[in-house]
Amino acid sequence: MAAFDGVQASSESVFERRVTRRKASLAQSMSWSILFFGGILTVMPIVYMISTSLKWPHEIYDVSLIPEEPHLENYTFVLEDGRFYGWFVNSLVIATITTISNVIFDSLVGYTLCKFRFPGRYVVFIAILSTLMIPTEMLVIPWYLMSQSFGWLDTHWGIMFPGLMTAFGTFLMKQFFETVPDDFIEAARVDGQNELQIWWSVAMPLVKPALAALAIFVFLGNWTAFIWPLIVTNSWEMYTLPVGLSTFADEADVAWELVMTGAAISTIPTLIVFLIFQRFIIRGVVMAGLKG
Amino acid sequence: MSSLAIKNLTKEYGRTVVLHNINLEIQAGEFVVLVGPSGCGKSTTLRLIAGLEEVTGGTIEIGGHVVNDLEPKDRNIAMVFQNYAIYPHMTVRRNIGFGLRNSMKTRAERDARIEEVAGILGMTDLLPRKPSQLSGGQRQRVAIGRAMVRDPAVFLFDEPLSNLDAQLRTQMRLEIKKLHKRVGATIVFVTHDQIEAMTMADRIVIMKDGRIQQIGTPSELYHAPANIFVAGFIGSPSMNMIPGVASGGDVHLVGGVSLPIGIDGVDARNVTVGIRPEDLHPTDGPALFSGAVNVREPLGHETLIYVDTAFGEIIAKADGRAPPELGEKVNFNAAPKDIHIFDSESGAVLTRAC
Ligand SMILES: Nc1ncnc2c1ncn2[C@@H]1O[C@H](COP(=O)(O)OP(=O)(O)OP(=O)(O)O)[C@@H](O)[C@H]1O
Ligand SMILES: [Mg+2]
Repeated sequence: MAAFDGVQASSESVFERRVTRRKASLAQSMSWSILFFGGILTVMPIVYMISTSLKWPHEIYDVSLIPEEPHLENYTFVLEDGRFYGWFVNSLVIATITTISNVIFDSLVGYTLCKFRFPGRYVVFIAILSTLMIPTEMLVIPWYLMSQSFGWLDTHWGIMFPGLMTAFGTFLMKQFFETVPDDFIEAARVDGQNELQIWWSVAMPLVKPALAALAIFVFLGNWTAFIWPLIVTNSWEMYTLPVGLSTFADEADVAWELVMTGAAISTIPTLIVFLIFQRFIIRGVVMAGLKG
Repeated sequence: MSSLAIKNLTKEYGRTVVLHNINLEIQAGEFVVLVGPSGCGKSTTLRLIAGLEEVTGGTIEIGGHVVNDLEPKDRNIAMVFQNYAIYPHMTVRRNIGFGLRNSMKTRAERDARIEEVAGILGMTDLLPRKPSQLSGGQRQRVAIGRAMVRDPAVFLFDEPLSNLDAQLRTQMRLEIKKLHKRVGATIVFVTHDQIEAMTMADRIVIMKDGRIQQIGTPSELYHAPANIFVAGFIGSPSMNMIPGVASGGDVHLVGGVSLPIGIDGVDARNVTVGIRPEDLHPTDGPALFSGAVNVREPLGHETLIYVDTAFGEIIAKADGRAPPELGEKVNFNAAPKDIHIFDSESGAVLTRAC
């Protein structure tokens, strides 16, 4: 292609083009290098995590990336340790239920706030939004007292209940439902559908990208949640993965290689969730059915 | 199919009155077109019939039952929206079948009905497609199919053709009319295009500023407009309007020309004289208007000529093959039956003595 261009252009313009091309490649190589360093910075901790998980205890304070004798003993140990399995299941159950709950209830409330006109709508919306301004650390004590009086301490429900709906998710979904044209909803109403059917089979499919984003956020948030699960659980059977992994570090000498192994295994579900849902994020479908 | 009766219907948004006391009776199987300028309340009327808005006053009856308090889904109406509003995430088949989801029909019956409707609209091949793979006209047909599938009591169309190009619009116009013949449905069709209104309607309802101006067959509206607004709105190019005075039972144009018509019961009143361009005939004898041709617009079968007269510019129609030259002086006359006299103040047509 370049050669072909050169044949057609005069020698002068070829020269000019070379110059601009060189400039472009300079700018390009700069942006590549920035991206490269950014990439390294992001990937390094993960590489270190995996590398450490392949090391023997005596070399974990050695900064070298390549283990002297890479081995999978840590993985066998962690996976055969019954506790790890239990924590993994706890985390999976809690993150999954919380994600489903958020996707359904945040979008129900967001949809209602967006598409229905009723007195007090604005007040409700502001009230929900204002809870975003309260940091989790402040809520932990009332949550704890609440769990205590309801007998939810050290239960799955106790770990889950504060996150089953989020103000952020409600806000996100409300904003996305604004992009669903009212005509779609009115057309469905005229076609004899009830409001729940309209929400589920007309509005929800049109905001799939937002639902996918919400699902990823919520799943990751709950998968990595630490403070609240740590506070509300007492027995190791109820620990979630991050809480459980931290106990490896509690024991007399910190078994970093085991912590890193557990962490490495625990990233797998988040990867799977991301791969499943990112497909939907890319597809924007809302406008295709409306003309002009 | 059912009849539809609207009685003393009023709609207010806050303090703005959008519809004033609308009265309209539609027979079962009738094709009624609501027409009027933008913002006159056509869509609002449809939305009230559909139940998408609450009425402020008056009643709406479908098939003899007052439906004011029924939800849209319980009114058994179907509506086609201006932008079609077909669901982008569903195939054409699911879009058309959407209204059947809550019916008691079995799956096989539903499929048969969808196929039947698709057959009528000539889109059997398109059933597996998604809306994004359809042309504008095809999407329009899907929207109509979705409305037809339930056999609703009344069809409501809100400017369904306005997004189509001119040729497709003419074609769909014909198709909707044929469809009406075939399924015999009660249809309320909204448009602001008077040609659509004239060509499709059994009866036309002309609205302006939330009030009905006149209800009648296309021919009634054209030949006997009830007021200046209707006279000017229907017909293209519009009716010539010339100021005049009624006195002593006669009508005089400004400048002294007497019209060959008598008016009863009005004296010393400003009137507006309306004459359609095609009702002005060239004459060699005594003329109503005369003037020089200012502009010519050849349309092929005829030529529109704009004539400078003592009463301002007047539009007339001339032969397509041998129109008068530019600047040529022409004289026009009109038959008394083709002259409309309106009260200039109220706009209402005045009854004539002869
Ligand atoms: N939700 C609303 N709140 C206040 N005013 C409204 C509302 N909806 C419509 N209106 C007003 O009601 C009047 C009639 O509106 P409508 O949509 O019925 O007009 P239309 O005849 O359908 O016009 P168009 O040909 O432009 O579609 C307009 O003046 C509009 O501004
Ligand atoms: Mg409208």
